[in-house]
Amino acid sequence: MSLTELTIADAAAGLRKRAFSAVELVRAHTDAIGALNPRLNAYITPTSDAALEAAAHADAALARDEAKPLTGIPLGIKDLFCTTGVRTTAASNILKNFVPPYESTVTANLLRDGAVFVGKTNLDEFAMGSANITSAFGPVENPWKRKGEADTVLVPGGSSGGSAAAVAAGLAMGATGTDTGGSIRQPAAYCGIVGLKPTYGRCSRFGTIAYASSLDQAGPMARSVRDCAIMLQSMAGFDPRDSTSVDRDVPDYSAAIGRSLKGLKVGIPREYRAEGLSAEIGAAWQQGIEWLRAAGCEIVDVSLPHTKYGLATYYIVAPAECSSNLARYDGLRFGERVEGQTLDAMYEATRRAGFGPEVRRRIMMGTYVLSAGYYDAYYLKAQKVRTLIRRDFTECFQQVDVLLTPTAPTPAFAQGEQSDDPVQMYLNDIFTVPASMAGMPAMSVPVGLGDTGLPLGLQLIGRPFDEETLLAAGSALESAAGFTHRPAIRAEGAK
Amino acid sequence: MSLDPATVRRIARLARIGIDESDLQSLQGELNGILGWVEQLNEVDVEGGSPMVGTGHAALRTREDVVTDGNCREAVLSNAPDAVGPFYTVPKVVE
Amino acid sequence: MSYTIEGKTGTWEIVVGLEVHAQIISHSKLFSGASASYGGEPNTHVSLVDAGFPGMLPVLNRECVAQAVRTGLGLRARINLESRFDRKNYFYADLPTGYQISQFTHPIVGEGTVEIELADGTVRHIGITRLHIEQDAGKSMHDQDPARSFIDLNRAGVALMEIVSEPDIRNPEEAGAYLRKLRQILRYLGTCDGNMEEGSMRADVNVSVRKAGEPFRTRCEIKNVNSIRYVMHAIEVEAARQVEVWEDGGEVDQETRLFDPARNETRSLRSKEDAHDYRYFPDPDLLPLVVEQEWVDELERALPELPDDKRDRFIRQYGIPRYDASVLVAEQAIADYYEEVAKGRDARLAANWVTGDLFGALNRTGRTIQDSPISAQALGGMLDLMADKTINGKIAKEVFEDMLETGDSAADIVERKGLKQVTDTGAIDAAVADVLARNADKVEEYRGGKDRLFGFFVGQVMKAMAGKANPAIVNEALKKVL
Repeated sequence: MSLTELTIADAAAGLRKRAFSAVELVRAHTDAIGALNPRLNAYITPTSDAALEAAAHADAALARDEAKPLTGIPLGIKDLFCTTGVRTTAASNILKNFVPPYESTVTANLLRDGAVFVGKTNLDEFAMGSANITSAFGPVENPWKRKGEADTVLVPGGSSGGSAAAVAAGLAMGATGTDTGGSIRQPAAYCGIVGLKPTYGRCSRFGTIAYASSLDQAGPMARSVRDCAIMLQSMAGFDPRDSTSVDRDVPDYSAAIGRSLKGLKVGIPREYRAEGLSAEIGAAWQQGIEWLRAAGCEIVDVSLPHTKYGLATYYIVAPAECSSNLARYDGLRFGERVEGQTLDAMYEATRRAGFGPEVRRRIMMGTYVLSAGYYDAYYLKAQKVRTLIRRDFTECFQQVDVLLTPTAPTPAFAQGEQSDDPVQMYLNDIFTVPASMAGMPAMSVPVGLGDTGLPLGLQLIGRPFDEETLLAAGSALESAAGFTHRPAIRAEGAK
Repeated sequence: MSLDPATVRRIARLARIGIDESDLQSLQGELNGILGWVEQLNEVDVEGGSPMVGTGHAALRTREDVVTDGNCREAVLSNAPDAVGPFYTVPKVVE
Repeated sequence: MSYTIEGKTGTWEIVVGLEVHAQIISHSKLFSGASASYGGEPNTHVSLVDAGFPGMLPVLNRECVAQAVRTGLGLRARINLESRFDRKNYFYADLPTGYQISQFTHPIVGEGTVEIELADGTVRHIGITRLHIEQDAGKSMHDQDPARSFIDLNRAGVALMEIVSEPDIRNPEEAGAYLRKLRQILRYLGTCDGNMEEGSMRADVNVSVRKAGEPFRTRCEIKNVNSIRYVMHAIEVEAARQVEVWEDGGEVDQETRLFDPARNETRSLRSKEDAHDYRYFPDPDLLPLVVEQEWVDELERALPELPDDKRDRFIRQYGIPRYDASVLVAEQAIADYYEEVAKGRDARLAANWVTGDLFGALNRTGRTIQDSPISAQALGGMLDLMADKTINGKIAKEVFEDMLETGDSAADIVERKGLKQVTDTGAIDAAVADVLARNADKVEEYRGGKDRLFGFFVGQVMKAMAGKANPAIVNEALKKVL
């Protein structure tokens, strides 16, 4: 098997057995990036040289038997995580030359455990988007193709589209993502990989460029459930520098893989049978239900009555927070500046040139819903609805242990195929947003291919801090599905 | 509720995003589309309900009053587009 | 005391409320570990959190919360066990994140009260609306470059308390008394140094005018006034301006104004078109702040005695007049000095010496109580010499001046100068006999009924004995002979 096809678990074992060296493993990936990135545009900034240097150190550590859980494992890092000395752009013109003098906690944790970063992955600008088409560095191509449509360029989903595409195509063994309303799970589903959004507070937000602070959460994206467990083990943990980080022990996530599901109660929320759910996804969902039943789970119909308001609530709360979070990009202390005669002229020119249309739109929307006279009608109302959304989940979890839903209403769509109407684009997140609003952990697992040969994902939503049940149920779905399909464009094929 | 061009201009001004007349119409249309769509929240009865504050998972932590940071002017100015000596700069502000 | 403005159309009353920004005394900033100390090279007391770098997050300084709670307790105010931090959004060059973290809807401290005393002895109570915690901004410098302003973020993120009064103040004198009292309380508590020159305490002054019995009219806010005297002037000129506007048939606009002390006028700071819309909302980087009642109780038990309590105790314990007590508690250090002097001595005499001769001397020499040339112990030593009749009051004045100059102890000075009071009745009797002999005519007059000559004889005897005679014994001896 090619080195770019291995799972993290297998690669870690192979490194320890000296089946191959870290330099070989990393080089296979940096070569793949060199070959495929010009087309896929999954990376904004590949860091091949630094990666190979780090790989040599990893080999030295392996030789001394000082290997850590991720020693020598090549990972992609969403370009929203600040990395010391490595340009961090948030896929925005305003940060196109920003070089942070600090490391985010999540990436620092991965480095502590020996990971090798092969580059900074592309994303929607400031993580705002569901198709990775708002990046100032150009769109990302989904490595999957519809049957018989080799020339149709599909979107990888967003906002962690670069991470998803890189992992799917073998340009990284795993990647970090961030998820605000579905930005890990939806691209994972579109690209046929596993993506896990942990409980809000599980991974530190320190050093990760903020979009919507009360929702943003970092998580792993990989080709297996176990790999996600291995990555989350490193990424998660208490950080005193993030006031919303939760001081709670990190359990042994890998131990949950393959755990018996006997007696586990799985809730099927009826509201997710929403309009616009494609037949193929409906069928995949039903199949997932059967698999879990066969694994010993009890299937329970449940209701989340306010879930249908999740998306509208999200599109008030997230823009409101973003309008404030992005005020710091003013051309003064960092980032690109466009000069002006006055301070305000400088601000306006800088922010007009620096932000793309979707970011500007969300800042405008957020500014409006917070403005005098509208705060109560929009923001306060949305936060009250949010309380109801969370209460729905909390009540549900008194009856069941985990929820199973589709991740997205459709498989990946083609660039330009969706209308220009922002609201239509927002509907891609309809199934992922409610768990984000409630702060619950959720995971997308690929379970099969749809009618057009594209991967389909199912979403598991768990109780706060019960990522283990997600991993246990996710691994059951994974083995039942036996998903071994690979995308049309992938590292192996490039050889 | 529907935004008129004057409101769009006012919001852009508050957000310090320069817009010109050509942006105005499309922006107005898009924002009104989004606002019309979120009107669905009017169906929800939130009477007596409280807004979500924090995540409910933890209380605010505090830190000791100790100097542990600062004295890093090089880092502070490392990305400044127009630093002069130890200062950031902006176009002259007339007060 | 009533203070009104006589206009063309009648009598106007002034209504004033004050918002005082007081810098919290702490080692590090409110939400970052950078130093909060004053000064420092530009942009050195700055962390990446203060500079608002991407991904930087605030973590609350517990001591700043404690200082706000102490202050709230000192203002006899309600402590809110749950409070919140909100973002106040606006763009400015010295505001790195584009928002100030403040407390808008749920401040840590609620209603309280401050007792003020006016020159004529009137006591008034000024209501406190609230106290909240917020961040200070950085500093812009406009005079170093022709085209640019320079930004220093050393102050950005330093903790402030904003203390908002009710519109209970009715004239400049009350405003001054309120600010002095507030400063005194903050200094007693050690929560703010009250130094208005360095900007660690500054006031926004809300002024309106109305005719008697009317509801409030529109107010103007005079921003950032940095001395008590200026606050008083600003109220005077702003109220006069508003009366003129109303009487000329105009409307006072609700606006922010600036006080120009050189011209003794206020002027509009921002045009109305540019009105701020701060878009407050709860800061999603911070959860609600919850403090335990036990912790508040613990802070309360550890509070120092507050000025009003101390004043009342002085009156009670030392039997001194209210005015003297008020003067003595003005500063903690003065009160401590006095108590050391008064301990085990004649407390009223001690009060007279401290508020009289000592304050006079400090004033004359431009010193404060902290660097007084005469320590409390030394002054006490002098009072002891008076008490055991080693010296009398007149000699004490001389000894005091000498102590001031030489720093010697009273005992040493008395010894060196031979100022010990004469209580030897033989010597006094001799002096009395001598004085009477030399003034036989006056003795005749006295005996003829001119009683007030008695003082003359005492003076002559004291003079003959170089002031050192015990006055009581002199009196006695004179009475006996006359």
